[in-house]
Amino acid sequence: MTSFFAHFGRSFIFLLQLLAALVPATAKFRLRLLTQQIWSVGNQSLVIIVVSGIFVGMVLALQGYRTLVTFGAEESLGVVVGLSIVRELGPVLTGLLFAGRAGSALAAEIGLMRATEQIDGLELMAVDPVRRLLVPRFLAVLISLPLLTAIFSCMAIGAAGAHLIGVDLLGVDSGAYWSQMKAAVDFEGDVLNGIIKSAVFAFGVGWIALYQGYYAAPTSEGVGRATTRTVVISSLFILGSNFVLTALLFGGV
Amino acid sequence: MHNRTVEAVVGFFLCLGVAAILMLTFQVSDLQRGVNGNSYTVYANFENTGGLKVGSSVNMAGVNIGRVTEISIDEDTFESRVALTIQNDYEILPRDSSASILTAGLLGEKYIGVEPGGDIKTLKDGDVVKFTESALVLEQIIGQFLFNQASAKDD
Repeated sequence: MTSFFAHFGRSFIFLLQLLAALVPATAKFRLRLLTQQIWSVGNQSLVIIVVSGIFVGMVLALQGYRTLVTFGAEESLGVVVGLSIVRELGPVLTGLLFAGRAGSALAAEIGLMRATEQIDGLELMAVDPVRRLLVPRFLAVLISLPLLTAIFSCMAIGAAGAHLIGVDLLGVDSGAYWSQMKAAVDFEGDVLNGIIKSAVFAFGVGWIALYQGYYAAPTSEGVGRATTRTVVISSLFILGSNFVLTALLFGGV
Repeated sequence: MHNRTVEAVVGFFLCLGVAAILMLTFQVSDLQRGVNGNSYTVYANFENTGGLKVGSSVNMAGVNIGRVTEISIDEDTFESRVALTIQNDYEILPRDSSASILTAGLLGEKYIGVEPGGDIKTLKDGDVVKFTESALVLEQIIGQFLFNQASAKDD
């Protein structure tokens, strides 16, 4: 029990360190480090995000059509797909995939640096590892995940995903698909809130992955455990905070 | 990978992401929901708006000419007071035009249909539409129908 609180407290202090390094970081910040991290965190996740987006959209169109057609309301397929993707599935699934693809890689990378005493080496050279290693990665996560979420949503809704199945295969009218979606999906209420959600998820995944890596036990087993924990805790964080965020943003309470 | 290539690929990724956000903004949701350009506002009182919402469209002859921008209660008459914001292009509505709350399809969204009248003078900013027709509330119609049936049987 005490160890739980100790973890929690240490991770919070870790977050404060990270944020403190973030504020004056702009002054003497190495943009090249950030670019490199966006490449490894964002670009490398692109394939899995695009492919899963397409398939999620396809399945959603197939299932939505089967239900809607019994009411003769298959023209509303665009509404069903648009709202469910933009509000819930886009941010959550992208967050989960991202935690598995990029979060685990970050934790393993930092953990291995800890295990092979590279972080201690940096400290010996009077290079601040938080500023040098963690801040660019954290920023890269914050930038990449919302963009990946938007790409995921577009892929799911667009010509390769739900549109392909709904319009080209099942024969929903293309004009009705888009216009009903436009009429139902609100920019501030839906699109912007989806992006806010993904930004919160990015914050959580970045924090958890970097903390787990940075404080990993310096053994091969420790690195493995840090990677596993990152995926588990991030996933739980995403699903749990998604509920809270949905209640806050869409609840209308 | 060379630094140059990395930078180019990252730039491509960022552009793709921004393009996706723009697509969500303009293709999936409709940011241009408000009334474009200059507009004027007229008011119409209804007994019952029956599910009309702020943002519902105002149509004349099936053409969208504006949006509902506010729905409130008129404190004198206890009717609902609906603000219709209409584009300046359509500053041609005769003063005796009528507004009715209609439904798109059987269960579709409510919208306001404007029937033009014959007056030479036109509606100006802040004017009140005199002739209005409230929304059809299905429950009331069914209620009236049942009531008529029952009274017909008594006779």
